[in-house]
Amino acid sequence: MSAVSDTAQFEGMPFDPTAPLTPSGNLRRRAAVSRFVQITATAAAVFAVAVLLIVLYGVASRGASALSLGFVIHNPSGLAGGGIFNSLLGTLEIVAFGALIALPIGILTGLYLTEFAGPRSKTASALRLALDVMAGLPTIIVGLFVYGLIVIPQHRQSGFAGGIALAIVMLPLMARSSQEVLLLVPGSLREAADALGVERWRAVVSVILPAAFGGILTGAILATARAAGETAPLLICDSIGFNPFATSLNLFHGVPSVSMFIYQSYDLPLAQAVTRAWGAAFVLMMLILIANVLARVILARSRGKMGR
Amino acid sequence: MFGLCALAGVLVVLTLVDVIYQLVSNGQPAISKFGLGFVTSTRWQPNFHIEGAGALLYGTAMSSLIAVVLATPLGIAIALYLSMMAPGRVRAVVGPLVELLAAVPSIIYGFWGLVVLVPFIDGIEPGLHSALGFIPLFGPASPIGISVFTAGLVLTVMILPIISALSRDLFLTVPAELKDGAAALGATQWEIIRGIVLPTTVSGVSAAVVLGLGRALGEAIAVSFVIGDVTAIHRSLFDPGSSAAAEIANQFPSPVDSLHTAAMFYVGLVLVVICMFTSVASRAIAGRFDVTRRVI
Repeated sequence: MSAVSDTAQFEGMPFDPTAPLTPSGNLRRRAAVSRFVQITATAAAVFAVAVLLIVLYGVASRGASALSLGFVIHNPSGLAGGGIFNSLLGTLEIVAFGALIALPIGILTGLYLTEFAGPRSKTASALRLALDVMAGLPTIIVGLFVYGLIVIPQHRQSGFAGGIALAIVMLPLMARSSQEVLLLVPGSLREAADALGVERWRAVVSVILPAAFGGILTGAILATARAAGETAPLLICDSIGFNPFATSLNLFHGVPSVSMFIYQSYDLPLAQAVTRAWGAAFVLMMLILIANVLARVILARSRGKMGR
Repeated sequence: MFGLCALAGVLVVLTLVDVIYQLVSNGQPAISKFGLGFVTSTRWQPNFHIEGAGALLYGTAMSSLIAVVLATPLGIAIALYLSMMAPGRVRAVVGPLVELLAAVPSIIYGFWGLVVLVPFIDGIEPGLHSALGFIPLFGPASPIGISVFTAGLVLTVMILPIISALSRDLFLTVPAELKDGAAALGATQWEIIRGIVLPTTVSGVSAAVVLGLGRALGEAIAVSFVIGDVTAIHRSLFDPGSSAAAEIANQFPSPVDSLHTAAMFYVGLVLVVICMFTSVASRAIAGRFDVTRRVI
């Protein structure tokens, strides 16, 4: 646009762009409204952090009295004694089994979406939609699904069924996070591999996956931590069929878990039983929070390495 | 390698199809007995072989609505603070802390809600009733603080990090040129927010809210602890109720008969259709922002 037409559009208007600026409207009121919004937004952030601290404190203050070394290395005894060794071991087993299924499939799905499907691929966008829908499935529904798929045909609840259900919870999280990370891998790496005549699968294995390793690991830890806290699928698929006082790790029978332990002790009649459940809640929460912080640290480090 | 990756994708789609199939086939006795009237019938009486999900769906809707109504303004305010107002160091600490709210397992929210929040709600319900009692939803306080309202508050805390984290990421994508331009014209921070930031991100924020709604609709464990397991519709939010997901969690382990189990699969089917709808809607609203790809 030339200078002439710039000034031409102001002709005939009451506005003179060459006149010095003078304040109009109620500046004080506008500033006060803005200030009010800033204070409200700050208060909202303070509120959210306060809620987190209240939840953490509520669990820690009630659970800490139950904690001791014995609490994590002994099985429960009676209604209120002992610890949560078998539940802890069971959670680790079920989650590890689920992760073993979900993490590879999730990473492969992420690879398909970023490395093999074209940018305008209809199949890829259908798959993305499917992953979104899967991530939006209520976990209790996942439990019902696995109940129909595995528990009914086998006529018994099992750690196996619970692990499959957790895998379904983890899969969309893993696929989404690895897709995000793979998109961050610089295109120049792919082009360099192509220019050297490297086949795509070989480029994926030896160039792209190593570059994205930190981010994928972060996603894996977050997905695993999410699954470790799940209760609804285990309630449906793996809540009976084990001796609550013994270590039982046979995947094809019931396997105890920390979240089911908390769920099943909240209506026991003894105050000490509830204290034991708070102790279990505290252990579970600490494990999950530590995993989350760890994931963040790994992500920050790998970002540093990728120079961003 | 391509084959392997494609196979993984096929597996994802097959799983989804099978979810629907399992719910339909296991819910078949209830579906053929109650038909579509199941959704509106409010009598859930397994002992008399009468099951209707109306009251459960009402509880699901009301508790989720409370959560969305409270969490949306709060979440957006937090996101505005984190993206535009907080100093760098504060942002680096507060942002992750808010996201940690999403990491707390639902069983802990349920347990905490029952033991800590319920007595607190019990204390504030009479005040809310006398202040807002002219609206029928805020009736006389329940005796113990276990209510649809309490469930809504727990859900608020659970979906708050989803809405705030997604919105914050969206607000950060608003081009600095636009904001600086508005500031150069003399706009105050609120005018920049209202004139530039919110209009450019409104579709993405709406998608985040719908995503949070979907999460609230499907939450079972935390809700089952605090909603009261009463399968009837009460006008007041301070009365106990039940929700679809919570009822499955409460009754599935000990069903009355096989029809009861089938009815719960039917409830699950209705719930999954609603949740799939919210997932698709969220994606459709998000459009080009594609916020739903973010991992929390």
